[in-house]
Amino acid sequence: MANPYVVLVRMRMRAQTVYRGSFAVEILASLGATVSGFGELYVIFANVPALGGLDFTAAVLVFAIGHVSFSLADLVVGHLDALPTYLRAGTLDAFLLRPLPVLAQLITADISLRRFGRTVAGTAIAVTALASSDVDWTPAKGALLAVTVCSGAALFAAFFVGAAAVQFWLVEGTEFTASFVYGGNYAAQFPASVFATPVRVLFTFVVPAAFVAYLPVLTLLDLPGGGALGWCSPVAAAAVWIVALLGWRAGLRHYTGAGS
Amino acid sequence: MNIISVSNLRRAFGAKTAVDDLSFDVPPGAAVGYIGANGAGKSTTIKMLTGILKPTSGTALTCGLEPLRQRRQLARRIGVVFGQRSQLWWDLPLRDSFRALGAIHRLGPDAVRARTSELVDRLDLGDFVDTPVRQLSLGQRIRGEVAAALLHGPELLILDEPTIGLDVLSKERLRVFLTEQRAQHGTSLLLATHDMGDVRRLTERILVVDHGRLAFDGTLTELAGQVGAERIVVLDLTEPAPDLVGVPGTRLVGVEAGGLRQRLSFAPGETTVAAILSVVASRAQVHDLTIEEPDIEAVVRRLYAS
Repeated sequence: MANPYVVLVRMRMRAQTVYRGSFAVEILASLGATVSGFGELYVIFANVPALGGLDFTAAVLVFAIGHVSFSLADLVVGHLDALPTYLRAGTLDAFLLRPLPVLAQLITADISLRRFGRTVAGTAIAVTALASSDVDWTPAKGALLAVTVCSGAALFAAFFVGAAAVQFWLVEGTEFTASFVYGGNYAAQFPASVFATPVRVLFTFVVPAAFVAYLPVLTLLDLPGGGALGWCSPVAAAAVWIVALLGWRAGLRHYTGAGS
Repeated sequence: MNIISVSNLRRAFGAKTAVDDLSFDVPPGAAVGYIGANGAGKSTTIKMLTGILKPTSGTALTCGLEPLRQRRQLARRIGVVFGQRSQLWWDLPLRDSFRALGAIHRLGPDAVRARTSELVDRLDLGDFVDTPVRQLSLGQRIRGEVAAALLHGPELLILDEPTIGLDVLSKERLRVFLTEQRAQHGTSLLLATHDMGDVRRLTERILVVDHGRLAFDGTLTELAGQVGAERIVVLDLTEPAPDLVGVPGTRLVGVEAGGLRQRLSFAPGETTVAAILSVVASRAQVHDLTIEEPDIEAVVRRLYAS
């Protein structure tokens, strides 16, 4: 028997790739964020030798890992910031009439394959940065890299879910979600040490963006401040997921309580 | 056990009460018309019965389940169609929607295939089952929606204004299909509508709701007896004829164009269109005829006046 989610996602993929011309254009357009992010970093390093204690290669690595994690989350759950559109179209009511969890249906309701361009570009930058940095490779560090990317993607996905939950209360919440998620994304792609202490605390412990790339990169490069903390991304991701799911449940209750 | 059991159900939106102290039961296998003017509280009731909306107070049990708390269990046992809102994937053909719904309801591929071909055949979907939903006409889409709601063989079908905006032919096809499905599968039916024609053809019991309150619960004949939910047959004659008075079971309610068009009102259950026609045929030659269903707003108004 076919798994319902597999069927749903496959259906979305097919619908998307039907128009091949525009699909190719959108893949290219999605690279804009990669180019501008990388360009920003390049301009900074043209003026200063180090950023938050990291040299150019290390900073690029933080950027690239953050970028890959974010693009993976965006690929899978990026459409969650359009929750108000789903609410207005009555799609959420249709979900409520089906025997599957609403969040699972919403996540599998779309997949943005066109954003895959960013994942590829980010990976290419990360590989280049890794090659030109002198990482003291051990099996553990290989595992750390894999764990970091997965946890980072999970963390961003949880941001998307949590931010979507808030939109049950805010009618026009897309802007809110955007600032929250993209702000988190921005923070994750920079060494956390460049921020003032309050902001750094915010992005480490409240919205743990520092766990996405900065702390793991410190550990990867054996830089001070990393150590065991660099391994804690899964914990951070799990914590954010718990908050996001609680928020989602409350949001859905608010929706069925308030009606559309 | 009742398929629907509602007691003292109430739902408020802020200061506005959409459903107020509603109580009724529907036994399994029954077909109930849920009628009322726009904004009378029909959709709100349906949302509470299907787990989309939480009641402010009172209880609603559908298939013996609590709709919100046991939403997923309930979803396997009911089929719901909102005439105004689509539950299909608009950029994909109906066939893909059926496939996805089959997977969602965990039906085997053989079961999906068999059920799909039955529905395609009975609802006459063959011509457009491979066309993306967004390109379908309203009538085609609604037939697709009904098929989608019935794919998993629910024991209760809930339809909210399924025929709104449909042309005569699409309406008729849908009514014939629903009658057939009920006869074959014993599906219970709750039909919210403000079309008296739907109610007449598809249901044996009527609930009239007005301002969120139950205003009437009984058969159509009883409703007609109480408020005179009369139908009108409009006869266009080939040439002007004297007033068609004294046709058994009817009342002449209008003569236009010097007798060329005459309107007879009659109560359902007392006579039939065929009987009226046979009497009229001996007195004038009928060129064309149309039947006007009673207007639901008028019925509700008279319900309060009586």
